Amino acid sequence: MFTDSDLTAFSITLRLALVTVGILLVIGTPLAWWLANTRWRYKALVEAAVALPLVLPPTVIGFYLLIALGPRGSIGQASEFLGIGPLAFTFSGLVIGSVIYSLPFVVQPLQSAFTSIGRAPREVAATLGAGRLDRFFSIVLPLARPGYMTAAVLGFAHTLGEFGVVLMIGGNIPGRTQVLSIAIYDHVEALDYSSAHWLSGSLLLLSFLMLLLVYGFNRRFDMVRV
Amino acid sequence: MSIEVSVRVQKDDFVLEAAFSAPSSGVTAVFGRSGCGKSTLLRTLAGLEAAQPGSHIVVNGEPWLQEGNSIPTHRRQVAYVFQEPTLFTHMNVRRNLEYGLKRNGREGAVRFDEIVSLLGVEGFLARRPGTLSGGERQRVAIARALLSAPQLLLMDEPLAALDMHSKRDILPFLDRLCAESRIPVLYVSHSPEEVVRLAEHLVVMEQGRVLEEGPLQQVMGRIDSPLARADDAFSVLTCAIAEPAGPCGLSVLRTAAGESMYVPRLKDIHGNIRLKVDARDVSICLERPVGSSILNVLAAEIVSLSEADAKGQILVQLRLPVSGENLLARISEYSAQQLSLLPRRKIFAQIKAIALLT
Repeated sequence: MFTDSDLTAFSITLRLALVTVGILLVIGTPLAWWLANTRWRYKALVEAAVALPLVLPPTVIGFYLLIALGPRGSIGQASEFLGIGPLAFTFSGLVIGSVIYSLPFVVQPLQSAFTSIGRAPREVAATLGAGRLDRFFSIVLPLARPGYMTAAVLGFAHTLGEFGVVLMIGGNIPGRTQVLSIAIYDHVEALDYSSAHWLSGSLLLLSFLMLLLVYGFNRRFDMVRV
Repeated sequence: MSIEVSVRVQKDDFVLEAAFSAPSSGVTAVFGRSGCGKSTLLRTLAGLEAAQPGSHIVVNGEPWLQEGNSIPTHRRQVAYVFQEPTLFTHMNVRRNLEYGLKRNGREGAVRFDEIVSLLGVEGFLARRPGTLSGGERQRVAIARALLSAPQLLLMDEPLAALDMHSKRDILPFLDRLCAESRIPVLYVSHSPEEVVRLAEHLVVMEQGRVLEEGPLQQVMGRIDSPLARADDAFSVLTCAIAEPAGPCGLSVLRTAAGESMYVPRLKDIHGNIRLKVDARDVSICLERPVGSSILNVLAAEIVSLSEADAKGQILVQLRLPVSGENLLARISEYSAQQLSLLPRRKIFAQIKAIALLT
């Protein structure tokens, strides 16, 4: 069945997906809010940039990230300066990569949730005496709950299945940066099809269950727009 | 104490430039066609639309907007009833109602039970907004607005989005609200019937400007008023009840000048009542008619006569003595010439039919 290193890869993958989704919900909320409400002329630029990971080959993202995270890259130098050390081939590096890679899967459902709420409920709340933050937490957040559900599950599932980016910036260090998808690849390379079956099957089941959760609980499921 | 407004708002190529003052109690109707800027005016009063420099809004001595200092919407003591009843769908009716109540910052300023029963919403406090009809939703929205203890209630065509049935359902509640409300109400509408039924003060708007403003009866009965241009021009008279149980199933009313008016028997109406008189139901006699079957005849003076329309009809603006109320009569240009009707001439107006407004 599962080897020890398979189980470690499982736990690294789950940890990566959880941390990534957590970070994405925190930074995705203001970004999606801004995109849903701004009247800035060049808003399309930002929208296109957010959507890029949907169409770019993951290896391209991984390649640029590898350079940026490396000792001579901007992010690498910043982390060196802050005393964190190099980020390439570390778990933190993987988190940064996953955040970028899964960004549209979180921002887009949130943005469309905010847009579909519209101005009316917020204006009503303002006339009833609710300030900015009060309005966000008492009106927008509860009304956007289906959007948050979609965003969290899609972001999580998408990070689970990440391969190219991880391979480029995380290497394949068992116990540290080896995630499920890469463990499967290794098993196939080694012609160990039974282990590959076990891992692939569990990933398939897990992803299906999560999407079932979204569709089952969320009648107004918005597909991700490309 | 009053509401002083002078605002300039630019939205794309539409400019709203409105200045008026409204009394600090009672209902002021803002009347005009769609697109004349009524809603923009209301939104600006609520702080939902930004006004240009030089604008000011002062409500009961409190500056909401003055010298570029704009108080944000949530700190203006204003309540807004939108055309579409926007209830918070993630809360039941009770929590919707409590939303403004909790945030009004003035504990005990309004009585929950009183307002809930005024709007007749006590029966569905536990229900979700999605299960209510349009009229019920709007009643909840109005109750919610009142519970935020506003200094000014803004209503933006609260009936326009409702079907006939819901309108009939909600109008009696509006009547009560407008009659009992101690706070000023600005009521936007493009329906003359609603305006004369509910309002005492009138602001008429056209293309982003205030055409005229004043007490309802004065503005209504002018031949140059946009309200009079329509085929169904009418005027409004206020009478006191003299004899509720008059002869032959009639009630007798008394005008300010002491003349009697006869209307079908009134039930459960006290104080002053408002009558809607269509201009085409008013005819003019030079002498007080004798031997006529028409009961209601009022002495009046001609103020002005309009140009003839395509059907050879003109509108005559009459003024009643004492109250100074205006009365419109639609007659043919030929009769006007035959009777040589001219301004300042004293005549008698025969009124064929009357509708009760309140």
